[in-house]
Amino acid sequence: MENSRRSFLKVAGITALGIGTKPVLDVFASSGGHGEEPKPEVYSNEKALTAEKWGMVIDTTKFHSAEDLAPIIEACHKIHNVPDLPDSKHEIMWLWEDEYKHVFTHREHELINDRIKHLPFLVLCNHCEKPACVRACPTKATFKRDDGIVLMDFHRCIGCRFCMAACPYGSRSFNFRDPRPFIKEENKEFPTRMKGVVEKCNFCAERLAVGKMPACVEASNGAITVGDLDDPESEVRELLRTNYTIRRKPDLGAGPSVYYIV
Amino acid sequence: MYDKNKIVAGLVIFVAIVTFPFWYNLGNASSAPEPKLSEKAKAAKECVVPKESMKSEHMRILDLWRDTVVRDANRIYNTGKGKTFNMSLSTGEESCTGCHDNKAEFCDKCHNYASVDPYCWDCHIAPKEKKPEENK
Ligand code: SF4
Ligand code: SF4
Repeated sequence: MENSRRSFLKVAGITALGIGTKPVLDVFASSGGHGEEPKPEVYSNEKALTAEKWGMVIDTTKFHSAEDLAPIIEACHKIHNVPDLPDSKHEIMWLWEDEYKHVFTHREHELINDRIKHLPFLVLCNHCEKPACVRACPTKATFKRDDGIVLMDFHRCIGCRFCMAACPYGSRSFNFRDPRPFIKEENKEFPTRMKGVVEKCNFCAERLAVGKMPACVEASNGAITVGDLDDPESEVRELLRTNYTIRRKPDLGAGPSVYYIV
Repeated sequence: MYDKNKIVAGLVIFVAIVTFPFWYNLGNASSAPEPKLSEKAKAAKECVVPKESMKSEHMRILDLWRDTVVRDANRIYNTGKGKTFNMSLSTGEESCTGCHDNKAEFCDKCHNYASVDPYCWDCHIAPKEKKPEENK
Protein backbone atom coordinates (compact mmCIF):
# COMPACT_ATOMS: atom_id res chain seq x y z
CA MET A 1 0.00 0.00 0.00
CA GLU A 2 2.76 2.37 1.02
CA ASN A 3 4.52 1.53 -2.15
CA SER A 4 1.57 2.06 -4.43
CA ARG A 5 0.87 5.37 -2.80
CA ARG A 6 4.40 6.42 -3.54
CA SER A 7 4.11 5.41 -7.13
CA PHE A 8 0.83 7.21 -7.41
CA LEU A 9 2.37 10.39 -6.10
CA LYS A 10 5.08 10.10 -8.68
CA VAL A 11 2.53 9.74 -11.41
CA ALA A 12 0.57 12.61 -9.99
CA GLY A 13 3.61 14.83 -9.79
CA ILE A 14 4.69 14.10 -13.30
CA THR A 15 1.26 14.49 -14.74
CA ALA A 16 0.61 17.69 -12.83
CA LEU A 17 3.72 19.22 -14.25
CA GLY A 18 2.53 18.16 -17.63
CA ILE A 19 5.92 17.07 -18.71
CA GLY A 20 7.22 14.11 -20.50
CA THR A 21 10.77 15.25 -20.37
CA LYS A 22 13.66 13.16 -19.26
CA PRO A 23 15.50 15.40 -16.78
CA VAL A 24 12.70 15.45 -14.21
CA LEU A 25 12.09 11.76 -14.55
CA ASP A 26 15.74 11.13 -14.02
CA VAL A 27 15.54 13.09 -10.80
CA PHE A 28 12.74 10.78 -9.70
CA ALA A 29 14.78 7.77 -10.62
CA SER A 30 17.87 8.86 -8.77
CA SER A 31 16.12 10.21 -5.67
CA GLY A 32 14.58 7.07 -4.20
CA GLY A 33 16.78 4.02 -3.76
CA HIS A 34 14.41 1.94 -5.95
CA GLY A 35 16.30 2.40 -9.17
CA GLU A 36 14.26 -0.33 -10.82
CA GLU A 37 10.82 1.22 -10.46
CA PRO A 38 9.19 2.02 -13.78
CA LYS A 39 9.00 5.65 -14.72
CA PRO A 40 5.67 6.77 -16.11
CA GLU A 41 5.67 9.41 -18.80
CA VAL A 42 3.15 11.58 -20.55
CA TYR A 43 3.65 12.91 -24.02
CA SER A 44 1.85 13.85 -27.19
CA ASN A 45 1.26 11.64 -30.17
CA GLU A 46 4.22 11.73 -32.52
CA LYS A 47 1.84 12.18 -35.43
CA ALA A 48 0.33 15.32 -33.88
CA LEU A 49 0.19 18.36 -36.13
CA THR A 50 1.81 21.33 -34.48
CA ALA A 51 2.42 24.98 -35.26
CA GLU A 52 3.91 28.03 -33.64
CA LYS A 53 0.72 29.89 -34.35
CA TRP A 54 -2.23 28.25 -35.98
CA GLY A 55 -4.21 30.18 -38.52
CA MET A 56 -6.86 29.61 -41.16
CA VAL A 57 -7.45 30.94 -44.64
CA ILE A 58 -10.92 30.62 -46.15
CA ASP A 59 -11.08 31.05 -49.91
CA THR A 60 -14.55 32.47 -50.41
CA THR A 61 -14.10 32.58 -54.17
CA LYS A 62 -14.61 28.83 -54.14
CA PHE A 63 -18.06 29.14 -52.62
CA HIS A 64 -21.17 30.10 -54.52
CA SER A 65 -24.15 29.40 -52.33
CA ALA A 66 -25.26 28.08 -48.98
CA GLU A 67 -25.26 24.55 -50.41
CA ASP A 68 -21.50 24.73 -50.71
CA LEU A 69 -21.16 25.51 -47.03
CA ALA A 70 -23.70 23.08 -45.60
CA PRO A 71 -21.54 19.92 -45.79
CA ILE A 72 -18.65 21.72 -44.12
CA ILE A 73 -20.80 22.92 -41.26
CA GLU A 74 -22.34 19.50 -40.93
CA ALA A 75 -18.95 17.81 -40.77
CA CYS A 76 -17.91 20.06 -37.89
CA HIS A 77 -21.13 19.80 -35.97
CA LYS A 78 -21.41 16.07 -36.40
CA ILE A 79 -18.02 15.11 -35.08
CA HIS A 80 -18.30 17.49 -32.16
CA ASN A 81 -21.77 16.44 -31.11
CA VAL A 82 -23.19 19.88 -31.65
CA PRO A 83 -26.95 19.66 -31.06
CA ASP A 84 -29.54 20.84 -33.51
CA LEU A 85 -32.03 22.79 -31.42
CA PRO A 86 -35.38 23.76 -32.86
CA ASP A 87 -35.54 27.14 -31.14
CA SER A 88 -33.11 29.54 -32.83
CA LYS A 89 -32.61 31.39 -29.56
CA HIS A 90 -31.06 28.25 -28.13
CA GLU A 91 -29.00 27.44 -31.19
CA ILE A 92 -25.50 26.06 -30.70
CA MET A 93 -23.02 26.95 -33.40
CA TRP A 94 -19.35 26.21 -33.88
CA LEU A 95 -19.26 26.98 -37.57
CA TRP A 96 -22.04 28.76 -39.40
CA GLU A 97 -22.81 31.14 -42.23
CA ASP A 98 -23.72 34.77 -42.36
CA GLU A 99 -23.95 37.64 -44.84
CA TYR A 100 -21.10 39.96 -45.72
CA LYS A 101 -22.75 42.94 -44.08
CA HIS A 102 -22.86 41.13 -40.75
CA VAL A 103 -19.50 39.45 -41.00
CA PHE A 104 -17.45 42.40 -42.19
CA THR A 105 -19.47 45.14 -40.56
CA HIS A 106 -16.89 47.84 -41.00
CA ARG A 107 -16.39 47.20 -44.68
CA GLU A 108 -19.95 47.05 -45.74
CA HIS A 109 -21.56 49.59 -48.06
CA GLU A 110 -24.78 49.64 -50.00
CA LEU A 111 -23.32 49.46 -53.46
CA ILE A 112 -21.08 46.48 -52.94
CA ASN A 113 -20.89 44.07 -55.88
CA ASP A 114 -23.56 41.46 -56.28
CA ARG A 115 -21.42 38.42 -55.69
CA ILE A 116 -20.26 39.59 -52.28
CA LYS A 117 -23.66 40.91 -51.35
CA HIS A 118 -25.31 37.54 -51.77
CA LEU A 119 -22.49 35.23 -50.86
CA PRO A 120 -22.79 33.40 -47.54
CA PHE A 121 -19.60 33.54 -45.48
CA LEU A 122 -18.38 30.91 -43.08
CA VAL A 123 -17.82 32.19 -39.58
CA LEU A 124 -16.33 30.61 -36.51
CA CYS A 125 -14.18 31.47 -33.52
CA ASN A 126 -11.23 33.51 -34.78
CA HIS A 127 -8.77 32.13 -32.26
CA CYS A 128 -7.73 35.67 -31.56
CA GLU A 129 -4.23 36.70 -30.77
CA LYS A 130 -5.60 38.78 -27.90
CA PRO A 131 -8.79 36.94 -27.04
CA ALA A 132 -11.26 39.00 -25.05
CA CYS A 133 -13.03 35.83 -23.99
CA VAL A 134 -9.95 34.61 -22.17
CA ARG A 135 -9.59 37.89 -20.32
CA ALA A 136 -13.21 37.76 -19.27
CA CYS A 137 -13.40 34.17 -18.08
CA PRO A 138 -13.24 34.12 -14.27
CA THR A 139 -12.46 30.43 -13.97
CA LYS A 140 -9.81 30.04 -16.68
CA ALA A 141 -12.15 27.62 -18.38
CA THR A 142 -11.31 29.52 -21.56
CA PHE A 143 -7.62 29.84 -22.23
CA LYS A 144 -5.17 30.33 -25.04
CA ARG A 145 -2.69 27.64 -25.87
CA ASP A 146 0.89 28.49 -26.80
CA ASP A 147 0.14 27.56 -30.38
CA GLY A 148 -2.59 30.20 -30.60
CA ILE A 149 -5.63 27.97 -30.28
CA VAL A 150 -8.22 29.38 -27.91
CA LEU A 151 -9.69 26.42 -26.09
CA MET A 152 -12.21 25.64 -23.43
CA ASP A 153 -12.04 23.22 -20.58
CA PHE A 154 -15.74 22.48 -20.36
CA HIS A 155 -15.32 20.94 -16.93
CA ARG A 156 -14.42 24.31 -15.53
CA CYS A 157 -17.08 26.42 -17.19
CA ILE A 158 -19.57 27.76 -14.68
CA GLY A 159 -21.84 29.21 -17.33
CA CYS A 160 -21.48 32.85 -16.31
CA ARG A 161 -21.32 33.81 -20.01
CA PHE A 162 -18.84 36.64 -19.46
CA CYS A 163 -16.94 35.24 -22.44
CA MET A 164 -19.99 35.57 -24.64
CA ALA A 165 -20.37 39.20 -23.69
CA ALA A 166 -16.68 39.78 -24.30
CA CYS A 167 -16.29 38.07 -27.67
CA PRO A 168 -16.70 40.69 -30.39
CA TYR A 169 -17.58 38.08 -33.00
CA GLY A 170 -20.42 36.23 -31.34
CA SER A 171 -18.46 33.03 -31.67
CA ARG A 172 -19.84 31.41 -28.57
CA SER A 173 -23.04 29.57 -27.77
CA PHE A 174 -24.64 28.75 -24.47
CA ASN A 175 -26.39 25.51 -23.63
CA PHE A 176 -29.70 26.73 -22.30
CA ARG A 177 -30.91 23.19 -22.15
CA ASP A 178 -29.52 19.71 -22.08
CA PRO A 179 -28.11 19.24 -25.58
CA ARG A 180 -28.15 15.45 -25.55
CA PRO A 181 -31.67 14.83 -26.83
CA PHE A 182 -30.95 17.09 -29.80
CA ILE A 183 -27.90 15.29 -31.06
CA LYS A 184 -29.08 13.17 -33.93
CA GLU A 185 -26.15 10.82 -34.07
CA GLU A 186 -23.70 10.81 -31.22
CA ASN A 187 -20.04 10.60 -32.09
CA LYS A 188 -18.60 8.35 -29.41
CA GLU A 189 -15.15 9.75 -30.00
CA PHE A 190 -16.06 13.14 -28.61
CA PRO A 191 -17.97 14.09 -25.46
CA THR A 192 -21.15 16.12 -25.53
CA ARG A 193 -21.74 19.16 -23.37
CA MET A 194 -24.24 19.62 -20.58
CA LYS A 195 -26.78 22.27 -19.75
CA GLY A 196 -25.21 25.46 -18.47
CA VAL A 197 -21.90 25.54 -20.26
CA VAL A 198 -20.65 27.63 -23.12
CA GLU A 199 -19.09 26.11 -26.21
CA LYS A 200 -17.38 27.12 -29.43
CA CYS A 201 -15.01 25.93 -32.16
CA ASN A 202 -11.94 24.22 -30.74
CA PHE A 203 -9.92 24.28 -33.96
CA CYS A 204 -10.30 20.50 -33.91
CA ALA A 205 -7.62 20.27 -31.22
CA GLU A 206 -8.54 16.62 -30.71
CA ARG A 207 -7.89 15.89 -34.37
CA LEU A 208 -4.66 17.86 -34.65
CA ALA A 209 -3.47 15.84 -31.64
CA VAL A 210 -3.67 12.63 -33.65
CA GLY A 211 -2.36 14.02 -36.90
CA LYS A 212 -5.64 14.82 -38.60
CA MET A 213 -6.58 18.11 -40.23
CA PRO A 214 -9.64 19.92 -38.87
CA ALA A 215 -12.93 18.46 -40.07
CA CYS A 216 -13.92 21.63 -41.93
CA VAL A 217 -10.66 21.58 -43.88
CA GLU A 218 -11.27 17.99 -44.91
CA ALA A 219 -14.82 18.71 -45.97
CA SER A 220 -14.04 21.90 -47.87
CA ASN A 221 -12.47 20.57 -51.08
CA GLY A 222 -9.51 22.83 -50.63
CA ALA A 223 -11.41 26.01 -49.84
CA ILE A 224 -10.22 26.08 -46.23
CA THR A 225 -6.56 25.83 -45.32
CA VAL A 226 -5.00 25.79 -41.89
CA GLY A 227 -1.35 26.04 -41.02
CA ASP A 228 1.38 27.86 -39.24
CA LEU A 229 1.15 31.64 -39.56
CA ASP A 230 4.65 31.98 -38.13
CA ASP A 231 6.22 29.77 -40.75
CA PRO A 232 6.93 31.75 -43.95
CA GLU A 233 7.06 28.47 -45.89
CA SER A 234 3.63 27.25 -44.80
CA GLU A 235 0.69 26.88 -47.12
CA VAL A 236 -1.33 29.51 -45.29
CA ARG A 237 1.48 32.02 -45.64
CA GLU A 238 1.74 31.25 -49.32
CA LEU A 239 -1.99 31.91 -49.71
CA LEU A 240 -1.71 35.14 -47.75
CA ARG A 241 1.23 36.23 -49.88
CA THR A 242 -0.48 35.61 -53.18
CA ASN A 243 -4.06 36.64 -52.43
CA TYR A 244 -5.81 39.69 -51.10
CA THR A 245 -7.27 38.73 -47.74
CA ILE A 246 -9.35 40.40 -45.08
CA ARG A 247 -10.12 39.66 -41.45
CA ARG A 248 -13.15 40.38 -39.33
CA LYS A 249 -13.16 43.67 -37.41
CA PRO A 250 -9.37 44.06 -37.41
CA ASP A 251 -9.66 47.55 -35.94
CA LEU A 252 -10.70 46.07 -32.60
CA GLY A 253 -7.20 44.80 -32.11
CA ALA A 254 -8.19 41.26 -31.19
CA GLY A 255 -5.95 39.89 -33.93
CA PRO A 256 -8.15 37.23 -35.48
CA SER A 257 -6.33 34.24 -36.98
CA VAL A 258 -8.97 33.54 -39.60
CA TYR A 259 -8.36 35.19 -42.96
CA TYR A 260 -10.76 35.45 -45.89
CA ILE A 261 -9.80 35.56 -49.56
CA VAL A 262 -12.54 37.63 -51.18
CA MET B 1 -37.75 7.83 44.43
CA TYR B 2 -41.21 8.27 42.96
CA ASP B 3 -42.51 6.99 39.63
CA LYS B 4 -39.53 4.76 39.22
CA ASN B 5 -41.42 2.49 36.85
CA LYS B 6 -42.61 5.29 34.66
CA ILE B 7 -39.13 6.76 34.40
CA VAL B 8 -37.54 3.45 33.58
CA ALA B 9 -40.20 2.68 31.01
CA GLY B 10 -39.78 6.12 29.52
CA LEU B 11 -36.04 5.67 29.35
CA VAL B 12 -36.39 2.33 27.68
CA ILE B 13 -38.70 3.78 25.08
CA PHE B 14 -36.40 6.75 24.57
CA VAL B 15 -33.33 4.59 24.07
CA ALA B 16 -35.25 2.31 21.79
CA ILE B 17 -36.32 5.21 19.60
CA VAL B 18 -32.88 6.79 19.49
CA THR B 19 -31.19 3.57 18.58
CA PHE B 20 -33.92 2.55 16.18
CA PRO B 21 -31.87 3.13 13.00
CA PHE B 22 -29.10 0.93 14.32
CA TRP B 23 -31.06 -2.13 15.23
CA TYR B 24 -33.47 -1.71 12.40
CA ASN B 25 -30.64 -2.05 9.93
CA LEU B 26 -28.94 -4.73 11.94
CA GLY B 27 -28.07 -7.69 9.84
CA ASN B 28 -29.03 -6.21 6.51
CA ALA B 29 -25.93 -4.12 6.05
CA SER B 30 -25.16 -4.31 2.38
CA SER B 31 -21.89 -5.96 1.67
CA ALA B 32 -19.08 -4.08 0.03
CA PRO B 33 -19.60 -4.05 -3.70
CA GLU B 34 -17.46 -6.08 -6.04
CA PRO B 35 -17.09 -4.22 -9.30
CA LYS B 36 -17.06 -6.65 -12.18
CA LEU B 37 -14.09 -6.44 -14.47
CA SER B 38 -14.68 -6.76 -18.16
CA GLU B 39 -12.91 -9.54 -20.02
CA LYS B 40 -10.65 -7.00 -21.60
CA ALA B 41 -9.69 -5.48 -18.28
CA LYS B 42 -9.07 -8.92 -16.80
CA ALA B 43 -6.85 -9.83 -19.69
CA ALA B 44 -4.88 -6.62 -19.34
CA LYS B 45 -4.11 -7.59 -15.73
CA GLU B 46 -3.01 -4.12 -14.70
CA CYS B 47 -4.36 -0.65 -15.01
CA VAL B 48 -2.61 2.69 -15.27
CA VAL B 49 -1.31 2.32 -11.75
CA PRO B 50 -1.64 -0.66 -9.36
CA LYS B 51 -5.17 -1.68 -8.43
CA GLU B 52 -5.09 -0.41 -4.87
CA SER B 53 -3.97 3.05 -5.96
CA MET B 54 -6.55 2.98 -8.69
CA LYS B 55 -9.29 2.31 -6.14
CA SER B 56 -8.44 5.27 -4.01
CA GLU B 57 -6.96 7.67 -6.51
CA HIS B 58 -8.71 7.24 -9.86
CA MET B 59 -10.65 10.46 -9.46
CA ARG B 60 -7.49 12.42 -8.86
CA ILE B 61 -5.78 10.76 -11.78
CA LEU B 62 -8.71 11.67 -14.01
CA ASP B 63 -8.51 15.22 -12.81
CA LEU B 64 -4.80 15.43 -13.57
CA TRP B 65 -5.25 13.78 -16.92
CA ARG B 66 -7.88 16.29 -17.85
CA ASP B 67 -5.47 19.17 -17.33
CA THR B 68 -2.65 17.37 -19.06
CA VAL B 69 -4.77 16.67 -22.10
CA VAL B 70 -6.70 19.90 -22.35
CA ARG B 71 -4.00 22.35 -21.30
CA ASP B 72 -0.77 20.70 -22.42
CA ALA B 73 -2.04 18.61 -25.32
CA ASN B 74 -0.25 15.56 -23.96
CA ARG B 75 -2.59 12.70 -24.55
CA ILE B 76 -0.51 9.59 -24.13
CA TYR B 77 0.38 8.00 -20.82
CA ASN B 78 3.17 5.50 -20.69
CA THR B 79 3.34 3.40 -17.54
CA GLY B 80 7.07 3.05 -17.93
CA LYS B 81 6.61 -0.67 -18.38
CA GLY B 82 6.03 -0.21 -22.05
CA LYS B 83 2.28 0.08 -21.85
CA THR B 84 0.56 3.16 -23.21
CA PHE B 85 -2.90 4.54 -22.62
CA ASN B 86 -4.97 7.18 -24.30
CA MET B 87 -5.55 9.68 -21.49
CA SER B 88 -9.25 9.85 -21.99
CA LEU B 89 -12.21 8.75 -19.97
CA SER B 90 -14.45 7.82 -22.83
CA THR B 91 -12.93 8.05 -26.27
CA GLY B 92 -11.30 5.18 -28.05
CA GLU B 93 -9.98 1.71 -27.40
CA GLU B 94 -7.21 2.74 -25.07
CA SER B 95 -9.31 5.05 -22.92
CA CYS B 96 -10.78 4.12 -19.53
CA THR B 97 -14.07 2.93 -20.93
CA GLY B 98 -12.30 1.31 -23.83
CA CYS B 99 -11.31 -1.34 -21.31
CA HIS B 100 -13.91 -0.93 -18.58
CA ASP B 101 -16.75 -1.13 -20.99
CA ASN B 102 -19.58 -1.79 -18.58
CA LYS B 103 -20.45 1.29 -16.60
CA ALA B 104 -23.23 -0.34 -14.59
CA GLU B 105 -21.08 -3.24 -13.44
CA PHE B 106 -17.92 -1.30 -12.95
CA CYS B 107 -18.32 2.39 -12.18
CA ASP B 108 -21.82 2.40 -10.79
CA LYS B 109 -21.35 -0.52 -8.42
CA CYS B 110 -19.09 1.41 -6.07
CA HIS B 111 -20.42 4.84 -6.83
CA ASN B 112 -23.91 3.78 -5.87
CA TYR B 113 -22.68 2.03 -2.75
CA ALA B 114 -20.70 5.07 -1.67
CA SER B 115 -23.57 7.29 -2.70
CA VAL B 116 -21.47 9.44 -4.96
CA ASP B 117 -22.89 10.80 -8.14
CA PRO B 118 -20.07 11.98 -10.38
CA TYR B 119 -21.18 14.09 -13.32
CA CYS B 120 -18.76 12.51 -15.78
CA TRP B 121 -21.58 11.03 -17.80
CA ASP B 122 -23.40 14.29 -18.31
CA CYS B 123 -20.92 14.92 -21.11
CA HIS B 124 -18.83 11.81 -21.58
CA ILE B 125 -20.67 9.20 -23.51
CA ALA B 126 -20.90 6.02 -21.48
CA PRO B 127 -20.02 2.80 -23.23
CA LYS B 128 -23.01 1.05 -24.66
CA GLU B 129 -24.40 -1.49 -22.24
CA LYS B 130 -24.12 -5.06 -23.31
CA LYS B 131 -27.78 -5.91 -22.76
CA PRO B 132 -29.42 -5.67 -26.15
CA GLU B 133 -32.57 -3.78 -25.19
CA GLU B 134 -30.81 -1.10 -23.22
CA ASN B 135 -28.89 1.55 -25.06
CA LYS B 136 -27.54 5.06 -24.56
S1 SF4 C 1 -13.39 34.94 -31.66
FE1 SF4 C 1 -14.35 35.32 -29.69
S2 SF4 C 1 -14.37 33.29 -28.73
FE2 SF4 C 1 -12.88 33.19 -30.39
S3 SF4 C 1 -10.91 33.71 -29.44
FE3 SF4 C 1 -11.75 35.62 -30.29
S4 SF4 C 1 -12.83 36.52 -28.54
FE4 SF4 C 1 -12.51 34.37 -28.03
S1 SF4 D 1 -19.30 31.04 -19.31
FE1 SF4 D 1 -17.69 29.53 -18.87
S2 SF4 D 1 -16.08 29.89 -20.38
FE2 SF4 D 1 -17.43 31.71 -20.41
S3 SF4 D 1 -16.49 33.15 -18.98
FE3 SF4 D 1 -17.96 31.98 -17.78
S4 SF4 D 1 -16.80 30.23 -16.93
FE4 SF4 D 1 -15.54 31.13 -18.59
